[in-house]
Amino acid sequence: MPELNLVEAVNAALAFEMAADENVVVLGEDVGVNGGVFRATVGLQERFGEQRVLDTPLAEALIAGLSVGMASQGLRPVAEIQFMGFIYPTVDQMLNHASRLRNRTRGRLTCPMVLRAPYGGGIHAPEHHSESYESMFAHIPGLRVVIPSSPARAYGLLLAAIRDPDPVVFLEPKRIYRLMKQEVEDNGASLPLDTCYTLREGTDVTLVSWGAMLHETQQAADQLEAEGVGAEVIDVACLKPIDTRTILDSVAKTGRCVIVHEAARTSGLGAEIAAQIAEHGLMNLYAPVQRVTGYDTVMPLYRLEGYYLPGVERIVTAVRQVMEFS
Amino acid sequence: MSTEKPIVDEKDLECVAKFEVRFTGYLDKDGSAVRRLPEIADLPDALIALYRSMVLTRTFDQKAIALQRTGNLGTYASSLGQEAVFAALGAVMRPEDVLVPYYREYGTQLMRGVTMTELFLYWGGDERGMDYAGPRQDFPICVPIATQVPHAAGVALAMKYRGEPRVAVTVFGDGATSKGEFYEAANAAGVWNLPLVLLVNNNQWAISVPRSEQSACQTLAQKAIAAGISGEQVDGNDAIAMFDRLSAAVDKARNGGGPSLVEAITYRLSDHTTADDASRYRRDEEIKTHWDYEPIKRLRQYMIAKQYWDSQQDEALQQTCRREVEEAAQAYLNTAPQKPESMFDYLYETLPETLRSQRDELATTEQQSRA
Repeated sequence: MPELNLVEAVNAALAFEMAADENVVVLGEDVGVNGGVFRATVGLQERFGEQRVLDTPLAEALIAGLSVGMASQGLRPVAEIQFMGFIYPTVDQMLNHASRLRNRTRGRLTCPMVLRAPYGGGIHAPEHHSESYESMFAHIPGLRVVIPSSPARAYGLLLAAIRDPDPVVFLEPKRIYRLMKQEVEDNGASLPLDTCYTLREGTDVTLVSWGAMLHETQQAADQLEAEGVGAEVIDVACLKPIDTRTILDSVAKTGRCVIVHEAARTSGLGAEIAAQIAEHGLMNLYAPVQRVTGYDTVMPLYRLEGYYLPGVERIVTAVRQVMEFS
Repeated sequence: MSTEKPIVDEKDLECVAKFEVRFTGYLDKDGSAVRRLPEIADLPDALIALYRSMVLTRTFDQKAIALQRTGNLGTYASSLGQEAVFAALGAVMRPEDVLVPYYREYGTQLMRGVTMTELFLYWGGDERGMDYAGPRQDFPICVPIATQVPHAAGVALAMKYRGEPRVAVTVFGDGATSKGEFYEAANAAGVWNLPLVLLVNNNQWAISVPRSEQSACQTLAQKAIAAGISGEQVDGNDAIAMFDRLSAAVDKARNGGGPSLVEAITYRLSDHTTADDASRYRRDEEIKTHWDYEPIKRLRQYMIAKQYWDSQQDEALQQTCRREVEEAAQAYLNTAPQKPESMFDYLYETLPETLRSQRDELATTEQQSRA
């Protein structure tokens, strides 16, 4: 079984599905000869040709809009936006069109497209390259928002996203693109969408996170275990539609919940999760739900990004606080 | 430093690119030919089909406004005065082509098999009005300006990818040419030589902003040249000219000749929509002047002069159109509303488990309110 890092797993999933389904077309800026600035599409144009791996003009709204048109004709476009910082011109297309086409036409036209983008901080990137605005997309009805946290998850979830009959925003945590290698069987097996993944079982506190932050969250769980605190770690993975059942069941068991995300706190997805727990699981709680998140500030340039991104210590501190309630 | 003499005389510099924009018009405002006419001008059946579409569209328009004024339809965008543009487009497209419209192309849509009942349903606040029984692959009406232009490029890309001799056509107004997505799509269509026709319905007004304030460009057609594709102007109130130039553009796209832009010069004789009051920004005299150039009278006079048409046929046609429109309006008014839960039923192919409780909540509320 090959050992792949996350970006290699993305590449493997793309290659597998392009070979399996000629309707799959990759498009974006520099995805062709260059193989993408992170090399997620490396080798694909060579293997599948220029018709199936399209270098587009430098226009993000176009990339999303083209994908809507292609998808309406039964193609399965997988569009890359180079960095999430450049994704905002696509919001018009994703919100007004991709997410609504099926509903508007009562199912006559559909939009099976994937919009991929690397997102998040921690790689000392230039300005506008490090933000986490996943909750903005998670607010849009009709979309799916998927974030992998490991190479295996990236492979299986991306395949599921491409095969999904509806539009998916697939955000790749670029900080962990090359952080770890994992054995990933390149057999085309997808993973289910619309479900959380429980990465670790525990009885004292539920830690809920997604993407790169799961790395710190797992480290925090290790540290807490040494202190005698059993943390259950949930990878949300599919932020829209969100599987609140798994989270609520876990919180019913542990009675404590700490939500960890890199995005700014206010109106981040943590707020929705906390609200769901308040609505459906309040009586199971021993302690108030805590959020460990980025601050409500502009994402700082890279000299200060380490202060912005939640670290292991902040997560552990929050858990110690909720553990004071019993 | 001396400023007396430029170092280089501009005339000595090599001209690396040169552009021209042509205007096509065949009929004057009274329907008389101003130059040798194209083939369609001598094909009575083809002319009558155009004319019929134009009359039907105008009749539909009047009924839609009447329904809106009496509280039976939501806000409605009229196509008054622009009927020739849309009739010609409907006539040159084939069923297997794809129309990506904005929101005034009723003539084209009806010729392609969209029903008037569907159009009434759409403006009457019912999504089923976008589930066209006829052209299954056509896009529905697009409200956010110019956002549909990339869709048409994507549709054309899919057609080219599969090697199909089909064409995507998108329509948008003069205001849309100020938006980035218009240029982004035109530019990409040029790069990839897509089977795409971009039709600008230049009706001189983007709600209250006149063409002169929309762009300093002499023509909107020249914006195509900036995207590396051909652009031309056509008299949009001359159905013969529109048919002639649009069929050339569509044929070219179908035959691998790539994309082009046609700027139809027409005039919005109505308010922007029924929610608009154009008297706030537009002089009555201007509208009166433009009524002299309106397309239906012009084609009728041409056909009558050629003895392809007479007043008796005209009266019969008007009556038929009125009857068809009335029937469609009745069918619309008799259409039972969708169940409230239907708002969940086309959100995703399969309703995600997590949304089921919201759907149930709505269904329960609905039952309670009926009880």
